[in-house]
Amino acid sequence: MSALLEVSGVSVSFDGFRAINNLSFSIGPAELRAIIGPNGAGKTTFMDIVTGKTKPDAGKVLWGETSVSLLSMSEAQIARTGVGRKFQRPTVFEDQSVTENLIMALKANRSPWAVLGWRAKAADLDRVRALAEEVGLADALPRKAGELSHGQKQWLEIGMLLAQEPRLLLVDEPAAGMTLAEREHTTRLLVDLAKTRAVVVVEHDMEFVRRLNCRVTVLHEGSVLAEGSLDHVTANPEVIDVYLGRG
Amino acid sequence: MTRTFLAKSPSVLIFLLILALFTLGVTLLSEAYGVAFLSTSFIKTLGKTLCLCLAALAMDLIWGYAGILSLGHMAFFAIGGYMVGMWLMYARTEEIVVAALSNETLPATAEEIRNGIAGQIFGVVGASELPPIWIFAHSLPLQLMLVVVLPGLIALVFGWLAFRSRVTGVYLSILTQAMTLALALYLFQNDSGLRGNNGLSGLQNLPGLADVSQDNLSVWFFWASALALGLGYLLVAWIVSGKFGSVIRAIRDDEARVRFLGYSVEGYKLFVFTLTVIIAAIAGALYYPQAGIINPAELAPIASIYLAVWVAIGGRGRLYGAVIGAALVSLLSSWFTGGRAPSINLGIYTINWVDWWLVLLGISFVLVTLFAPKGIGGLFDLAQGLRRPDRKGAPLGPDDGALMEKEARE
Ligand SMILES: Nc1ncnc2c1ncn2[C@@H]1O[C@H](COP(=O)(O)OP(=O)(O)OP(=O)(O)O)[C@@H](O)[C@H]1O
Ligand SMILES: [Mg+2]
Repeated sequence: MSALLEVSGVSVSFDGFRAINNLSFSIGPAELRAIIGPNGAGKTTFMDIVTGKTKPDAGKVLWGETSVSLLSMSEAQIARTGVGRKFQRPTVFEDQSVTENLIMALKANRSPWAVLGWRAKAADLDRVRALAEEVGLADALPRKAGELSHGQKQWLEIGMLLAQEPRLLLVDEPAAGMTLAEREHTTRLLVDLAKTRAVVVVEHDMEFVRRLNCRVTVLHEGSVLAEGSLDHVTANPEVIDVYLGRG
Repeated sequence: MTRTFLAKSPSVLIFLLILALFTLGVTLLSEAYGVAFLSTSFIKTLGKTLCLCLAALAMDLIWGYAGILSLGHMAFFAIGGYMVGMWLMYARTEEIVVAALSNETLPATAEEIRNGIAGQIFGVVGASELPPIWIFAHSLPLQLMLVVVLPGLIALVFGWLAFRSRVTGVYLSILTQAMTLALALYLFQNDSGLRGNNGLSGLQNLPGLADVSQDNLSVWFFWASALALGLGYLLVAWIVSGKFGSVIRAIRDDEARVRFLGYSVEGYKLFVFTLTVIIAAIAGALYYPQAGIINPAELAPIASIYLAVWVAIGGRGRLYGAVIGAALVSLLSSWFTGGRAPSINLGIYTINWVDWWLVLLGISFVLVTLFAPKGIGGLFDLAQGLRRPDRKGAPLGPDDGALMEKEARE
């Protein structure tokens, strides 16, 4: 099985500080992967590189069956090829309704001309309703996203991610601000999604990662420290030292 | 589709209705078609005001909705005026020259006529040949096409350069001001081909319609301005009502996030910039025949800043707000600066409104920005809120959310 995303030898510095150092990472087309690591390990920066927000100083980021380079693409192009991202802090459009947020995210032609003439068809509204149902916001469709609670915003953002129908999902700390029941729901959803697509989850919460029951990559100071099952990596003395030892 | 759009936007219907009634009312009070209560010059003022409202609508689309504070739209308004002005001046002068030459014994050649026109128009700047940019001036359709094409092209090139390099916020505003200033300085030169600081004049006389009095012409232009404003309002309201409106408001609030949804933010900005520039240019093309004269002072950077002030006072992010702001402030402005406002004698000092109007405007702008960010349009919310109290539960503000995030991290 060839990889969907292949990151190799990537480095990036901010004002001389090496946030990512010769990092290599790859994930298959239907795989769930958790990334853990202490604060400042470079987890978010890694996502910035894959999504085109940050350009690396060195290395390759290859995508899909034809191994096209993502480095020459803009953020919008990368998103359109099928990389979806959930941010660490929930970022939804607070001034707009839940419906409007979801409609913007729905997979459709993104060019200004196409969007200008776009009007919601019954099928689109059904899809929006189904998505809202899935993330527990069915009753909140007409409400402004800004009125939602922190947890609900997380859900809305997950709903928007689903609406995009990406082939690779990058999820930064999805469980932050969620109740226990919501965390369980999120776990189920992520495991389910990973049956048909690649999902990368960054998470601090070890319990959450354990429930994901997947391969784990440990980042430290911008490079991969260990990779394998959670039990395998947590048995690694280096990992215990830099991460678990402090936690 | 259109019907559902209008049904869903009652404010559009109300606006169009008010505009229609206003147009009818003004017509019935005009000298040409009614009881002659309103003077012809006042009708022209009202017609010009409608054109300014159309420009404010464009400003609201780009600033209020897309969040791009362009301070250069009045430059395109003026360019639109210049494009129409060139034909008006050329065709009018042609009539005069042909009439003068018809007294000669030999019929005038095309060459003689052209030279006559060039001499008449460009004598003031010491030139006797038509500059190359006047090649289309003989043709109304071509010159009208230029009203749209020339500003559109400038906007495309300028916008492409600016947005592609991700110039945003105050830097973009400064860049648009610089562009405006550069255009104005260029036009001030005598060899710009547009008569330098003399500008174009006599634009109120329509070629071929010498028999029609200004009383009638003023009402015709008023009608055309009202029609343009109505159509412009419909167009902009339609644009912002759908997904496109959603995307540009999202760009205003968080453009990075919009990129990660797969939308090319630069493409949208360029689209909105070019479209609003074209709307402003059309508004200018209708304005200057009513003003009668256009010169490079019309492109002064301050004019574009006024446009932003009108929209801010009216209430940006809502279309009727922009129209109300433009109408109110520009009418008040012409009243105060026209010397008709009575001076206030304070004994030791007399407040002369011609001088003090700008101060008053500046203070109002600051007050609105500080205390009523929704502008005059916000009053409509108040009125609605009184009738229909908000029954939604207490909104969960961002502060509550932040607390939960802290809790979750523990
Ligand atoms: N734009 C930037 N400019 C300068 N330094 C940056 C920038 N972005 C990230 N960094 C630095 O790079 C390092 C890695 O940051 P990153 O946000 O990727 O960490 P993280 O693993 O996501 O941490 P956390 O668990 O706190 O979210 C940090 O030391 C951070 O300060
Ligand atoms: Mg992070």
